[in-house]
Amino acid sequence: MDGNLNMIGYGLAAVGPGIGIGLIFAAYINGVARQPEAQSRLQSIAILGFALAEALAIIGIALAFVL
Amino acid sequence: MTTTVLNAASDSEGGFTAPGPASFELPPVFSIGDFDVTKPMLLLALSVPLIVGFFWAASKNKAVVPGRLQFVGEYVYGFVRNGVARDSIGSHDFLKFVPLLFALFTFVLVNNYFSLIPFLQFPSFSRFGFVVPLALLVWVVYNGVGVARHGLVGYLKHVTVPGGIKGPILALIIPLEFLSTILVRPATLALRLFANMFAGHLLLILFATGAAYLILDSGNPWYAPVGVLSFVMGILVSFLELLVLFLQAYVFTLLTAMYIGGALADEH
Repeated sequence: MDGNLNMIGYGLAAVGPGIGIGLIFAAYINGVARQPEAQSRLQSIAILGFALAEALAIIGIALAFVL
Repeated sequence: MTTTVLNAASDSEGGFTAPGPASFELPPVFSIGDFDVTKPMLLLALSVPLIVGFFWAASKNKAVVPGRLQFVGEYVYGFVRNGVARDSIGSHDFLKFVPLLFALFTFVLVNNYFSLIPFLQFPSFSRFGFVVPLALLVWVVYNGVGVARHGLVGYLKHVTVPGGIKGPILALIIPLEFLSTILVRPATLALRLFANMFAGHLLLILFATGAAYLILDSGNPWYAPVGVLSFVMGILVSFLELLVLFLQAYVFTLLTAMYIGGALADEH
């Protein structure tokens, strides 16, 4: 079996964005549960935060294949 | 493509070769001189008549009470127009960006769903070269409208100096904001779509070739149940992909709309 140590590194690096995205959507669900009429406003903010947190994971996967 | 994948699964004697980036380098379907035409290029070309044909058919027999086809067409259009463009850009300027956002959304969506249609089964945007022009187009548009609205110096000030911040901290904020808004945004926009399509398709290849190898080629009958498990996992991942494929098209369009909205926003 052959493989690349980069992939283990990427797996570790993906923990951070994973926790971050979980926190973002937890806060979003909380907000909508408390105030359902704010959903459309919260949704775009949540997606923006999700995109920013996910960017780290994406940079990680790019580097895992490139380095 | 089937032959490439099967070759990749059984090319070394007895061992299983895991799929990798090389699984995405498909052999050319046909060549014109030195110019090789590959499957993702054909899929990209196929998507345009599909989208145009569908919306042409949906809007051909316009009626006040919409038929089924017209309802679907109007639903998709309304989703992009109201759910994405108006909410992110604001009701004053959004109308002139709806054609761009609608085209981006349907184009990315159809090309993503090629990944799960039998015999096509390849997401065009898992090749990075096809994503880069889309991201560059978005970059030119949101910076272009920002410069047109605020002027070059005004736009640079608009994106790099957040309101309410004064003093020496600006020396730190301005380069960071410039980096994040002008340089990192198009890169992550392109990489996000590419990496999601790439990783999703890689996962499907892995479970499918793994199941085929464990059931058919491993030579050990005790491996077969694990192969069946791998096959079931492949089906489950396909359902996850159904969600991810839509979500990535939505996120791409939504972020485009947000970037345009941010570039157009007035100082506050």
